[in-house]
Amino acid sequence: MLLDKIVIDAFEKNNIELVTTVPCKQLSGVIAELETRDSMTHIPANKEDEGMGICAGAFMGGKRSAIIMQNTAIGVTINTLVTLTQFYRLPLPMLISFRGELGEPVACQVEMAVHTKALLAQLGIPTYHFHNPDDVHELDEILKYTFMCNKPVAILTDASFWKGE
Amino acid sequence: MIRSEIIKNLVPVLSGQLVVCNIGLPSQEMHLFGDQPSNFYMLGTMGLSSSIGLGLALAQDKTVVAIDGDGSVLTNLGTLPTIANNVRDNFILLIIDNGSYGSTGDQPTYAGKKTSLAAVASACGCENVIECQADEAVSVVEKAIASKKMTIIICKCISGNIPVPVITLDPVVIRHRFMQAVEA
Repeated sequence: MLLDKIVIDAFEKNNIELVTTVPCKQLSGVIAELETRDSMTHIPANKEDEGMGICAGAFMGGKRSAIIMQNTAIGVTINTLVTLTQFYRLPLPMLISFRGELGEPVACQVEMAVHTKALLAQLGIPTYHFHNPDDVHELDEILKYTFMCNKPVAILTDASFWKGE
Repeated sequence: MIRSEIIKNLVPVLSGQLVVCNIGLPSQEMHLFGDQPSNFYMLGTMGLSSSIGLGLALAQDKTVVAIDGDGSVLTNLGTLPTIANNVRDNFILLIIDNGSYGSTGDQPTYAGKKTSLAAVASACGCENVIECQADEAVSVVEKAIASKKMTIIICKCISGNIPVPVITLDPVVIRHRFMQAVEA
């Protein structure tokens, strides 16, 4: 799909060489696209904090890294975001499926959706919300910004965004 | 032998190597006995020593030794399948298994009871899993580094701690000098 390709092209253009993922139905296309690129090592993780540890190590080893995960993972990773990624000032683009927004079929996903932006704001994490397919064209600048400021940065991508192409 | 003695004994073997040191006392002991720029001290984030070490090993070719504990591995047990399925021959995971949460007051872990971390690592698909005793640690780690094969070492020892000062280095300084050592 076109959006999947644009997202992974932006990763590639910004020299991201290692990506860890914990899957989400909404992210299956982008993860499949990632798998097609020889320039990037894909390491599936069993939990998102584990993935963030791998990203931290890869960055210190000289490779730009990123994580792809669901917004429920914000609940899993707060300690890691604060005591590893932020404390050591490590850049980490987080491409996040924003479940529980318009078009969501699963009620339980809404429970975490209502807390997602508040948690990210509380953590002082720069947050971007992709709702329209055209928003994808900001990704290149967001990635540049992330590696400029050495912070975790959240890119929330909702169902309308993925559906809208 | 307790963990601090193992770490003290390992200092010459780990000299010049990239070492990821587990949160709490293991980092503090490594800092006290063998501080070097190529040590990455975890000041927080229990459980991620092996993950940070794997990421480092995936990103560059120098040998990486991640020092972990039984309690920390149990916290992040999902790390073992990830390590097993993403083999990097420059990666050594040294789990110092004293059967207790040493940094928090020696509360017992399940690794000191019925759970064998060596069996878990093998079941996860890790090859080159070695369980050894404390007095064998130096020779086992030395051989693992020389072997150029990804190795998971579970080094059994008794529980107990010595007083060690906390690390007051700023995390950004730790990260900066570590990254310079990676590049050197």
